[in-house]
This record gives sequence, structure tokens and C-alpha cells, in this order.
Amino acid sequence: MINTLIEMFSYTFLVRAVIVGLLVSLCAALLGVSLVLKRYSMIGDGLSHVGFGTLALATAMNAAPLTVSIPIVVLAAFLLLRISENSKIKGDAAIALISASSLAIGVVVISLTTGMNTDVCNYMFGSILAMSKSDVTLSIALAAVVLLMFVFFYNKIFAVTFDENFAKATGVKTGLYNMIIAFLTAITIVLGMRMMGALLISSLVIFPALTSMRVCKKFKTVTVCSAFVSVICLFIGVVISYVYATPTGASVVIVNIAAFLLFWTANSIIGRITK
Amino acid sequence: MALVTCQNAAFGYEGNTAVSGLNFNVNSGDYLCIVGENGSGKSTLIKGLLKLKKPQSGSVLAGDGLSPAEIGYLPQQTAAQKDFPASAYEVVLSGGMGARGILPFYSRRDRAVAEEKLRLLNVESLRNRCYRELSGGQQQRVLLARALVATKKLLLLDEPTAGLDPTATADFYELAAKLNRGGLTVIIVSHDISCAVKYASHILHLRQKQMFFGTASDYLASDIGKSFVGGERDD
Repeated sequence: MINTLIEMFSYTFLVRAVIVGLLVSLCAALLGVSLVLKRYSMIGDGLSHVGFGTLALATAMNAAPLTVSIPIVVLAAFLLLRISENSKIKGDAAIALISASSLAIGVVVISLTTGMNTDVCNYMFGSILAMSKSDVTLSIALAAVVLLMFVFFYNKIFAVTFDENFAKATGVKTGLYNMIIAFLTAITIVLGMRMMGALLISSLVIFPALTSMRVCKKFKTVTVCSAFVSVICLFIGVVISYVYATPTGASVVIVNIAAFLLFWTANSIIGRITK
Repeated sequence: MALVTCQNAAFGYEGNTAVSGLNFNVNSGDYLCIVGENGSGKSTLIKGLLKLKKPQSGSVLAGDGLSPAEIGYLPQQTAAQKDFPASAYEVVLSGGMGARGILPFYSRRDRAVAEEKLRLLNVESLRNRCYRELSGGQQQRVLLARALVATKKLLLLDEPTAGLDPTATADFYELAAKLNRGGLTVIIVSHDISCAVKYASHILHLRQKQMFFGTASDYLASDIGKSFVGGERDD
């Protein structure tokens, strides 16, 4: 076991991937609690599809993927937020619409430029090899910004998540804090997307929050617990993908599923005992 | 000047007017009860008074330097809250966020106020319990404690007694009356007309428009008051 780990971390690309992965999974888990409780899970999914489109565009334009993706996905996040605030039912359909459109545009752009090849597969399902050195620096900086802002706005995020109307009526600038949540989510999704894959990154947002909600009863413990669950699952997932040569993103999701089932069972056993 | 003044205001949803012709004012220290049947525009009006909804016409004015950070609000419960993982203490403390402005963290004083309101409402023993596991009445008290943390002047309660049994309902009105005697201006939306006329100083009766506004004793003497209070007694 130890030998495997030592062997694993002798590859610099793996060290990079694990560092970025851990930071992204931490950010995603923290934001995920709020997103799941605000019924915004689908926004994360929509954003990752937009991210797929922008990745394809960036490759076609020969530009750095992150610098193209981040502004576009942030814009899309604000747009999706506005749509889902205005009307719940229409917002649902609008997200599906935007997801499918960006996916289609992305696929067409790829097939016109590089041709349908392993690139598409990598974008869809992630690749551990995707991180270059400059990407890592930028990712670490952005992840640090997300984490700091989350801690700084933690109480506001609780207030707008628990009861937005009350917060607004009593003088909290809910519009601003919703935009901050959307902004942080967009950055997290873009950072994590190439490793986890456009189709799988939203699981990083949703799973840890749902898992810790099985057992924890307070907002603070749910947040802390999902941070730990997410980081641990990511690490185990990467190790599994190294040992069994499975795709990284999918392996991480599988570990997350296992954690969810474990917490779920634990909760029902505890529930039975205390009854 | 009055704390809240409605001048010929109308409110509604997406072009449909829910309630119109509103002309009334609430002075400091008043206990106003808003009554009316389902769909008469009571909750819409509350949203308007909280500035969550813009008037379609007319205006809502806040007087006496009333800022949103001095208002407490007890909403009707939403579906999202019912499965929310949060302790009672976290919920109560969040009432103080509006007054913090841009500052990110709660001060020691905010925490002390939250503790005080938990004690005031007899929910201190529930402080570490999960909000979603509390009974309806307990949840209501926790949300009221949060509203009290938020308010300095005005307290708005939107059907606070829906789903409570008669004893709990009477307790609740008694509590609101006590807070009102303590100097808080109270606006309460109610189905329970007998409690309303017993405790409130003023009554606003809605039926898509303003049917009556005046003191509780005038209301009892008026035709609409007689028929509405009498109608309730037939139930």
C-alpha cells in the first residue's frame, strides 16, 4: 500500500493532479451544501456542459483552456441564476436547453477542428493528464480565492440558503450573495472539469453534501463533514484509478457512491438503535 | 410620522392584482391584525410591506427612519426549510445577519442576543437540536426567536398559528401581545378572528381590497366586523 503511494507520487503529473483535485473537491463540497439545499444542483450540471463547450472552443482557438472557460462559465452562471430566480419551472427547462446547446456546439467545434478523437472522450469523462504546470499554479490560486471567500461569507451563505425571503426582508443583500455563490461555483466547476470530466464534475458538488446530510444535523457539521468526505473520496478515487488503470473521474464518483451508501446505512442503523 | 404608510397601494403577481386600494398607516406601538379569507391578499400585502414585492401602483413608505435591518419577520414555512440541516441556534443567530451589513462574522453581542431570545421563547433546551426534527410549534418558536433577533422596531408575523392547536395558538397571541407591550410594533396576519379582536389594537380587513381599517373596537361595531366575527362563531 505504502509502496504504491510512493510509486504513485514519483510521477509529477499525478502529484499535480492530486493537489488540484483535492483543492477542487474541497471547494465543490463546501459550495455543494448550499447548492443542494437551495435546489440549485442542476445549475452545477448545466455549468459543466457550458464548460465542455468552452474547452472545445479554446482548443480550436489554440488558447489556454482556463482563460477562455472561466469568463464564459461565470457569465453562464449568472444567467442560469437569473433564470431560475425568475421562475422555477422555466428555469429547469432553460438549464436543460443551455446544457444541450453547449454540448452540441462543443462537439461540432471539435469535429470541425481536430476531428472526433480521444479529446472528446477526455473532455467528457476527464483525464488525469490534463493538468499543465501553469494550470496548476492558476488552479491553486483560484481555489484559494474560492476557499477564502467561502469562509468569509459563510454566515451570509447560511442566511440566504436557509431563508432567502427573510434575509432579504431584514436587509441582507441576497442578490449579491447569490451571485457570489454562482461565481464561486462556476470557478470550481471549470477547475475540476478537465480532471473529472464535464459529465461527472457535478457529482463532486452534489454527492458530499448529500452524504453528510444523512448523518449530520447542523449546517456547520454538514459543511465540515462534506469537506472531509469529498477530500477523502477524491484521494481514494485517484489511488484506485492508478492501481486499476480506471478513468479518474469515474473512479472518484464510484467512491462517492460507496460513501453515500455507507452513511445512509449508518444513519438507518443509528436510527433503529435510538428508537 | 407613522412607521409604515400605505398610500393607495396595490400588489399582485405577474400582472394580476391580488389586493388593491390600500390606505392605512401603522404607528409605533400599534398591534395591527390583518384578517380576511383565503386568497384575500393578506400574504401578498405582507410581502409588499417587507419590500419583497413592489407595489403595482401607489406606494409603501417607511417612516421614523425604519430600515430593513430593524424589521423582524416570521414567514409561512416553505418546503425547503422542512428538511434543512441546521441547529435551532444557527437558525436563531442568522436573524442578526441583516444588521451586520458587509461584516462577515457575528459579534459577541449578536450571540448574546440570540441566547437571550432563545430563553425568552423557552426554546433554550432545543438549541442544539436539528431544526427539521422539531415539532411544528417548536419550529414556530425558533423562527419567532430569529425574528426577534432581527427586529428592533417592527415585527411581521404571517399566519403564525397555522397548524398549531388552540392552546398553543392562544399562547402565541399572548406572547405577541407581551412583545407589543414591551414596545414592539406588531403586524400579524391571522385566520383566527376571535383572537385578533381580543389582542389587536387595529384591524385591517381585506377582500382583494381594503374593506375596513380602524381600531379593534370600531371593527366590532361595524357591519363587516359583526358579520365576519359572527360568521366565525358559526363554525
